[in-house]
Amino acid sequence: MRRIRIGSGAGYSGDRIDPAIELAQKGSISYLVFECLAERTIALAQRARLMNPSTGYDPLLEERMEAVLALCAHNKTRIISNMGAANPLAAVAKTRDIAQRLGLTGLRIAAITGDDVLSIVRSGSFALKESGRSSESLAGRMLSANAYLGAEPIVEALRSGADVILTGRVADPSLFLAPQIHEFEWSVEDWNQLGQGSVIGHLLECAGQLTGGYFADPGYKEVPNLAHLGFPIAEIEEDGSAIVTKVEGSGGLLTKATCTEQLLYEIEDPRTYLTPDVTADFSEVSFTEIGRDRVRVCGGRGKRRPDKLKVSIGYHDGYVGEGQISYAGPGARERAELARDILVERMKSHSFQELRFDLIGVNSIHGDKLSQSDRQPSEVRLRAVARFDSQRAAAMIPREVEALYTNGPAAGGGVAGSIKETFGIASTFIPREMIVPRIHIEEV
Amino acid sequence: MLLREIAHARAGDKGNIVTISLVAYKQEDYSLLEERVTASRVGEHFAEFVDRPVVRYALPELGALNFVLSRPDAQSVTHSLALDAHGKCLGSALLTMQI
Repeated sequence: MRRIRIGSGAGYSGDRIDPAIELAQKGSISYLVFECLAERTIALAQRARLMNPSTGYDPLLEERMEAVLALCAHNKTRIISNMGAANPLAAVAKTRDIAQRLGLTGLRIAAITGDDVLSIVRSGSFALKESGRSSESLAGRMLSANAYLGAEPIVEALRSGADVILTGRVADPSLFLAPQIHEFEWSVEDWNQLGQGSVIGHLLECAGQLTGGYFADPGYKEVPNLAHLGFPIAEIEEDGSAIVTKVEGSGGLLTKATCTEQLLYEIEDPRTYLTPDVTADFSEVSFTEIGRDRVRVCGGRGKRRPDKLKVSIGYHDGYVGEGQISYAGPGARERAELARDILVERMKSHSFQELRFDLIGVNSIHGDKLSQSDRQPSEVRLRAVARFDSQRAAAMIPREVEALYTNGPAAGGGVAGSIKETFGIASTFIPREMIVPRIHIEEV
Repeated sequence: MLLREIAHARAGDKGNIVTISLVAYKQEDYSLLEERVTASRVGEHFAEFVDRPVVRYALPELGALNFVLSRPDAQSVTHSLALDAHGKCLGSALLTMQI
């Protein structure tokens, strides 16, 4: 029976690169997939592209390609990634330059475009999923609109012999499903097969979160050698059944427990996980530990794919000013609360959209009720944060927090502050027919 | 008994949704989770965070429950001013429940 091995080289844009190098060197993989686009990442990339048209791809693309491109070319490992972000063509040009610099030849590097639907969304009216309002309510503030493409254009690029495929917005599991469809010649209407393939994609898309990252809890859930966490590999057979594993000797662990946590990660109804390729059903998935760090995955199923594609719209969402100051020792909490009350009074003469205070070390994460404790905290860090219409106005928060040194309660220390431009994300759905993926291939 | 003694949890996010999976360490404890950790109890537990009823999905084969918490729109991951805008730390909050 035919079998392929797919490695997961990144679970988000800023992910660690060493585990990807380890996979490229020792993973015996045919595909190395880097998933690097969170909901907001593409809006940030679009903003970079507006400032400089030759950018707009993943900020770590160059570093990642320099680290793995020669190894992958040598081992005949094909690379698939959404590191093209807001500018897949520029990502291909940059990768071609790196290949040339490294003296690599005979490489086909593909860009997949067509996910950018900003002009379609700007000229129409689409209902926003979150607010129910029309997309026109974001007019003037809209920065990016990208449809989630599926596996099909990647499969087509693989059939054209692409060794490296760089996309913009593609649904995360589709990056991993594409090589399975290509290698095993699955029909794109074999819903159960695509459902199982998407389970594998979903398990791998967050990289280290399958192999012991986001899992360790000393005394309860121990993870060996987490500092050298290895990223996952899926060994997949023609019928879609798979074993997930990692490079021998790498840190972390793969068990039924790590797989179960990741299967349900960011999933609502396990019977209805929508991707552009399939309505996947995770409810019958089973995990069997068949060896150390080797887990068999079966039972993924699926139904017909949705008719509409999800679109993420990035929009300008004002400026956020933030400041923090610490109080410690007896009365720490009372002094932090006094500082907060002073800030409330001082901010009354300023206009802001929203103002929030947190007492870090008391209740900033789990809220009042779940943080209840009789113990007096030995230190408290006051955090003030607010959203404003302008950058200039946002500067008032860090200024007023700093001024607490000489104009506030006793013994405040360790002031830090920041001002950030922020971007919100709204979603809508548009008919599949409105989207035309395109493939552009360059050779070195 | 604290829920933490028999189960582990992982939180994820999508927009204004926070999902929390709850997984029994031992398969034989799953029925206790299913009986005691109801959607309405989880809703009460997270009353400060949610604005709609919590929805629960059961995966008995995996010894797991999956909870879907809806936060107000202003608390969505890309708009919230909270320190943990994602709600990633809420998994550990679920484990503080007494059962």
